[in-house]
Amino acid sequence: MAQVTLTNVKKIYPGGVEAVKGVSFDIPDGGFCVLVGPSGCGKSTLLRMVAGLETISAGEVSIGDRVVNQIGPADRDIAMVFQNYALYPHFSVYDNMAYGLRNRGTPKDEIDKRVKEAARILAIEGLLERRPRQLSGGQRQRVAMGRAIVRKPQVFLFDEPLSNLDAKLRVQMRVEIKKLQRALGVTSIYVTHDQVEAMTLSDKLVVMNGGQIEQIGVPAEVYRKPASPFVATFIGSPPMNLLPGTIDGPGIVALGDAILEARDLRQDLPAQLPVEVGLRPEDIEIVSEGEAGSLPFDVEFIEELGATQLFHGQLAGKPFVMQTATDAVSAQAGRIWITVDPDRVHVFDMKTGVRLGRV
Amino acid sequence: MVEDRRLGDAIAYVILTIGVLIVAFPVWLTFVASTWDAATIINGKLPLYPGPYFFENYNRILFIGTSSTTREPVLGMMLNSFIMAMAIALGKIFISVLSAYAVVYYRFPFRMAAFWIIFVTLMLPVEVRIFPTFKVVSDLGMLDTYQGLAVPLIASATGTLLFRQFFMTIPDELLEASKIDGASAFKFFKDTVVPLSITTIAALFVIQFIYGWNQYLWPLLVTTKDSMQTIVIAIKKMIVTSDALTEWQLAMATAMLAMLPPVLVVILMQRLFVKGLVETEK
Ligand SMILES: Nc1ncnc2c1ncn2[C@@H]1O[C@H](COP(=O)(O)OP(=O)(O)OP(=O)(O)O)[C@@H](O)[C@H]1O
Ligand SMILES: [Mg+2]
Repeated sequence: MAQVTLTNVKKIYPGGVEAVKGVSFDIPDGGFCVLVGPSGCGKSTLLRMVAGLETISAGEVSIGDRVVNQIGPADRDIAMVFQNYALYPHFSVYDNMAYGLRNRGTPKDEIDKRVKEAARILAIEGLLERRPRQLSGGQRQRVAMGRAIVRKPQVFLFDEPLSNLDAKLRVQMRVEIKKLQRALGVTSIYVTHDQVEAMTLSDKLVVMNGGQIEQIGVPAEVYRKPASPFVATFIGSPPMNLLPGTIDGPGIVALGDAILEARDLRQDLPAQLPVEVGLRPEDIEIVSEGEAGSLPFDVEFIEELGATQLFHGQLAGKPFVMQTATDAVSAQAGRIWITVDPDRVHVFDMKTGVRLGRV
Repeated sequence: MVEDRRLGDAIAYVILTIGVLIVAFPVWLTFVASTWDAATIINGKLPLYPGPYFFENYNRILFIGTSSTTREPVLGMMLNSFIMAMAIALGKIFISVLSAYAVVYYRFPFRMAAFWIIFVTLMLPVEVRIFPTFKVVSDLGMLDTYQGLAVPLIASATGTLLFRQFFMTIPDELLEASKIDGASAFKFFKDTVVPLSITTIAALFVIQFIYGWNQYLWPLLVTTKDSMQTIVIAIKKMIVTSDALTEWQLAMATAMLAMLPPVLVVILMQRLFVKGLVETEK
């Protein structure tokens, strides 16, 4: 087992695209790190540099206490699960899993033992003689996992391994991957653009944007204290509402005419400083008219989601969304009054995008 | 509805049968002619059924030869043709698989230049470069040899192009998975690229075998000894201008024999085709 350390890693593709612009973080031994971000932000590039499939333009990647920049993918002691599984179509499931071990000269009975064990763990014992073509998407996914497991690598690398599965299977496999990783205790890096996967799988979440890291933290912290408006809107669904406002005093922000208390706000800010105020749809409560600190919200239409409903409308002249339990209020359009727990008001500097939280 | 379908099927079969008859009739006629004696053919009243001279004719042509024009027995010529066709087919496959692999998977200086040079040779078939090629082959002392017959025809771009197109459809992730699985470039070639290409290889083999087998102009130029003749040339030589001197029954038997190997190759390879098509998947 090993920890993985990235130090100021950069990738400049031939042609000048700077896909990764200096990224540093580390993953403790046995940790599960998820890289999340919008399409094209450089997640795959970063993962492929750890795998050794892309050269590292600058910086250093180490696995365990070995700098691996100059080491080929086969000798990095990693295993990778690809989005399209990349199974060898002409090999049986058994051979797909055994191939890497054979190339390493592992003794036959050891290969057999490991393949059988992986097949048992993944419940694909009955499929060992089949070709990948004869498997369902979920089964192929398992074989791809099996191919990674039999190697007993120091690090697992996953590049959107679930994105080719249907929604239900995705949830199921997500849980299984997490369980498996816990049981095997192998350090893992997992790339996804699905924020639910990111939240549920990781114990270290790395949010990327435009080749840079926006925030690193445990998922709960990233959710509760997003470091920038980008993270605030990227993590959480539906995304956080962002409204323009100003600082009105210590711990107080003004949104047009209304004022709002914000407990996680630096105390030393000049009054009238333009800020962005972030309110999560799920943190908003409906109150009766005229209650202290309440804001008027003009509801335009309502979306039913089953357990919850989304109210879409205007707040202080800006589009706004809130989420409530379905039975909390009878749904209808019109003006309602809302408040937010002062602990759950997020304030970002309008110019720099920095979170103006207490330090 | 059912009635309509039956009628449609019937019409389709009738048309098919007519087509098959049109194609098969000359072949049948050739076969029939190869089983009669010279006299029957010369007097212009060839029956449409096989005659009693099958064994005599084929025995003579395979092991003894015609009395005048070609002298050598056809069995030796078939062997020559077979060696030439196999050398061309296998040589082409070998060269084009390797060159396509290099062009697709390696980044070397002037890679595209190399590819274009290969590509341009498409415009220079043997017939166009026949004199320079002949000069080279003769200077190298390869006249009347199997190398002389096969090597100049092996060089061609079609196979390289075909494999290049195919290799480009193999997903990059397979290469990457192989790299992580510790396979060298050669191992990736041997364990993944070649098995996935079996169908393409079989197709190219069939085409090139027949191409090699049917060569006429080139063997005519580079062979002078009777013992190096190919069967296609022999057929032509057997048919002399004066009808009376042509031993038609032997010429027809030779034609039948010349047809046999290509037909066998197609039939045998077809099974591999189907197998390849059913089992591989990209
Ligand atoms: N081989 C390449 N050559 C040049 N540019 C590339 C190459 N591969 C990727 N890029 C560019 O690098 C950037 C990052 O790509 P990358 O594949 O890492 O994105 P990603 O975060 O994985 O996106 P997605 O979620 O869509 O998979 C993109 O702008 C992409 O166009
Ligand atoms: Mg990607």
